[in-house]
Amino acid sequence: MNPPLLSPEDWAAITLTLELAGITTVLLLALCTPLAWWLAHTRSRWRGPVGAVMALPLVLPPTVIGFYLLVLMGPHGPIGHLTESLGLRRLPFTFPGLVVGSVVYSLPFAVQPLQRAFEALGRRPLDVAATLGASPLDRFFTVALPLARPGFITAAILSFAHTVGEFGVVLMLGGNIPGVTRVVSVQIYDHVEAMEYAQAHWLAGGMVVFAFVVLMLLHWLQPKGVR
Amino acid sequence: MRGLSSGKAILVAALFAASAAQGAGVSVAVAANFTAPMQKIAAVFEQDTGHKATLSFGATGKLYAQIANGAPFGILLAAEDSTPEKIAKEGLGDGATRFTYAIGQLVLWSKQAGYVDADGKVLNKSDWKHIAIANPKLAPYGLAAMQTLDKLGLTAQVQPRVVQGENIAQTYQFVASGNAPLGFVALSQVMEDGRLREGSAWMVPASMHEAIRQDAIVLKAAQDNAAAAALMQYLRGDKARAIIRSYGYAF
Repeated sequence: MNPPLLSPEDWAAITLTLELAGITTVLLLALCTPLAWWLAHTRSRWRGPVGAVMALPLVLPPTVIGFYLLVLMGPHGPIGHLTESLGLRRLPFTFPGLVVGSVVYSLPFAVQPLQRAFEALGRRPLDVAATLGASPLDRFFTVALPLARPGFITAAILSFAHTVGEFGVVLMLGGNIPGVTRVVSVQIYDHVEAMEYAQAHWLAGGMVVFAFVVLMLLHWLQPKGVR
Repeated sequence: MRGLSSGKAILVAALFAASAAQGAGVSVAVAANFTAPMQKIAAVFEQDTGHKATLSFGATGKLYAQIANGAPFGILLAAEDSTPEKIAKEGLGDGATRFTYAIGQLVLWSKQAGYVDADGKVLNKSDWKHIAIANPKLAPYGLAAMQTLDKLGLTAQVQPRVVQGENIAQTYQFVASGNAPLGFVALSQVMEDGRLREGSAWMVPASMHEAIRQDAIVLKAAQDNAAAAALMQYLRGDKARAIIRSYGYAF
């Protein structure tokens, strides 16, 4: 009996998934750091509504996000018009389109740990640094960022893992193109639908192991006091 | 105590009798492309016979997986003939009840009027970026579309521009949202009351691909279900066939 190992298509899907998750994580950290900082410190009356919008992807089904992104990015949608007028390609069925979808989908998983870390920090370390003559930028990079490190680790790991586990958004936005938009979760779905259960098991089992390792990692990387 | 429980039993029996008189129910697993006609058929079926058909929609492959794992469906209306055959062979359904309730019509469709010509020559052009096709591994309409491209000798030329829907419903969505300018879908999805609802289409001739025979089968759970037998009969009747035909299917 031949052990049904992973096919080249399966490997392509794995590589693609890791690329997508990696790029999404980097973008999310860059985007969410100022956003979370603002949410943690602002007294604006927009804090509530903005925070709620950021958390929407937590409660909306991926099909809703995928469907609206497909419509918004399409030729009749505002994002579609924008990309067109900028001379860019339309986003659905492309890798950049998936990145945009993943950033939206995983946004709360980056914003919320960062916001909590910044809030826990309080004003005091920053005020102390200010009296010692540190400039605002200096205070942010040499005081706030190092102190909020556990928040960054949590945000990065959760964003990465959540993007790897993404399915509905990619399915609706991707068009299932090998090497471009066919990620592992879609590949598993195809295997199951085609009744190729052995191949589905290899990939699905791998996902379970991956998810477990990631959550353990999250546990071990937390500072001892938090654990 | 005893008196009470026998009283309950009588009550339950009476309720059963009442529901039998009103007609029993059957749950039907329906292939995605047959969604719209089946909703209409179920409505007139209930009016005419008093039996209620509860409908679940999905890709045939997924419906099969659910049936094989004990889903309580009474009838499967598949999008092809191989799954009902498999079900009969595996003893999950009654092979004697299997019949072709409709033959699907493949169509190359665009939401834009005048985009697709009546001979499908638009396939030779290079000014479109994406063409939506259902996953040929999973969906019979996708397979028929690939066979058509093969026959036209366009597979190599078109393949890099293919975006795949997981089933024919998602494929339609890609085209309907305008993200793919054209795509191979089921005529039933773009036709209503005997005419194209919108856009432009090429009716792919039956000679371009193997026939999309859509078969129905009664499943084990409904072997003795009167409503299931009645629905199978009803699908062959004039009223149902008129509805099925109005969505562009043949027999």
